[in-house]
Amino acid sequence: MIFIIAFLVVVMLAGAIAACLFRDLLNAVIASCLVSLIASILFYFLQAPDVAMAEASIGAALVTAIFIIAIRRTERRE
Amino acid sequence: MRNLIGIVLILIVASGVFLCLDNIPFGASRENVGDFYNSSGVKQTGAVNMVTSVVLNYRGFDTLGEVTILFIASLGLGAVLSTVKTSSREETTPSSLILSTGCRFLFPFILLFGTYTFLHGHLTPGGGFQGGAIIASGFLLRYLGCPAKRTNPSLFVALESTGGLVFTLIGLLGLTLSGFFLFNFLPKGEANTLFSAGIIPVIYIAIGFKVGAELAGIIDGLIVKS
Amino acid sequence: MNFLNSYIFYIGAFGLIFIGIYILLTRKNLIKMIIGLSIIDTGVNLLLICMGFLKKGTAPIFSRPGIKPENMVDPTPQALVLTAIVIGVAVLAMALSLAIRLYQHYGTLDMRKIKEQKW
Repeated sequence: MIFIIAFLVVVMLAGAIAACLFRDLLNAVIASCLVSLIASILFYFLQAPDVAMAEASIGAALVTAIFIIAIRRTERRE
Repeated sequence: MRNLIGIVLILIVASGVFLCLDNIPFGASRENVGDFYNSSGVKQTGAVNMVTSVVLNYRGFDTLGEVTILFIASLGLGAVLSTVKTSSREETTPSSLILSTGCRFLFPFILLFGTYTFLHGHLTPGGGFQGGAIIASGFLLRYLGCPAKRTNPSLFVALESTGGLVFTLIGLLGLTLSGFFLFNFLPKGEANTLFSAGIIPVIYIAIGFKVGAELAGIIDGLIVKS
Repeated sequence: MNFLNSYIFYIGAFGLIFIGIYILLTRKNLIKMIIGLSIIDTGVNLLLICMGFLKKGTAPIFSRPGIKPENMVDPTPQALVLTAIVIGVAVLAMALSLAIRLYQHYGTLDMRKIKEQKW
């Protein structure tokens, strides 16, 4: 069980570092969506199902959509 | 050079943080107000979900403040974006028949699932904010799949204002009937049934409509009309 | 193994916060900075839920008739984080609308060029 959580934390931190290093802004937004999704799984492991639902629906779906619409109206490369 | 200075500063702060982590043991039991909420929550509020009873009964005034913050953000976004000139240089490709039919077919089921989520907020994990976000995702799917059909934005404005007004009026009704703002004055009923927990389901229905209409209105304001 | 067992969630939460602060310090595109803000938000919410965790605890819902309230996880940080997630998305929407307005006025989103511009 502890190895599953350690693997998920490593993937989450790798996604956050990837969001820092990508030059194309669309790729950075998708990396931050991955961070939000894995945080939602970790909320479930911490026995908080309400917060997991809120983070999955708001953080992983709506925030990514708002970012992509804003990138479409401004520039795409850094 | 700038990257190097950033890494060095963050390493200094991180080492300071990780040296003091022994003072917050992970998973140790703490005696605080959470034990009181867990042990006497069902008797005092009638709701089975403890997080819902904390959000709407013990700390209901903070939820009113949060709903106000969402309203102010939506207002500010509308005010700033009305001064932006919308250039019609972007043309969207019309979506194919399969895509638009699929999105139109899925839309009422997503609305149904969102309504189920905020209606059963006091019995299962869920509630007004999660259900409202699911409803807004349904509207987002409809915008992306069939861009030709746009909903009237005044519908969102009407639903949002009605939701906020119902929340405040229930609070004022509690003030006139019992002397406390947001007092739980409806009968508590039997635990684990749908019509229980006093005013908690009524307020969650109002919050579900309000948050759903608000987030859908934010997305509608950001998409350029082509 | 014991070290990993007790500290893995703290490493995840603090790691996210520090990566977000690094993005804010060293990147100059405005939308990249707003992505950094969102990552800091997620990290802080994870840290808050860690504070209420109980070993061998269960979720604070009386779904079956046999659950005792002594084994339940603290519900107060969960209510706080529910509010914080919604406020985070509201602040993000407001910040992105300001970024769109800035792009329309200056023609670029590079913060160092905007700071040199005087007006």
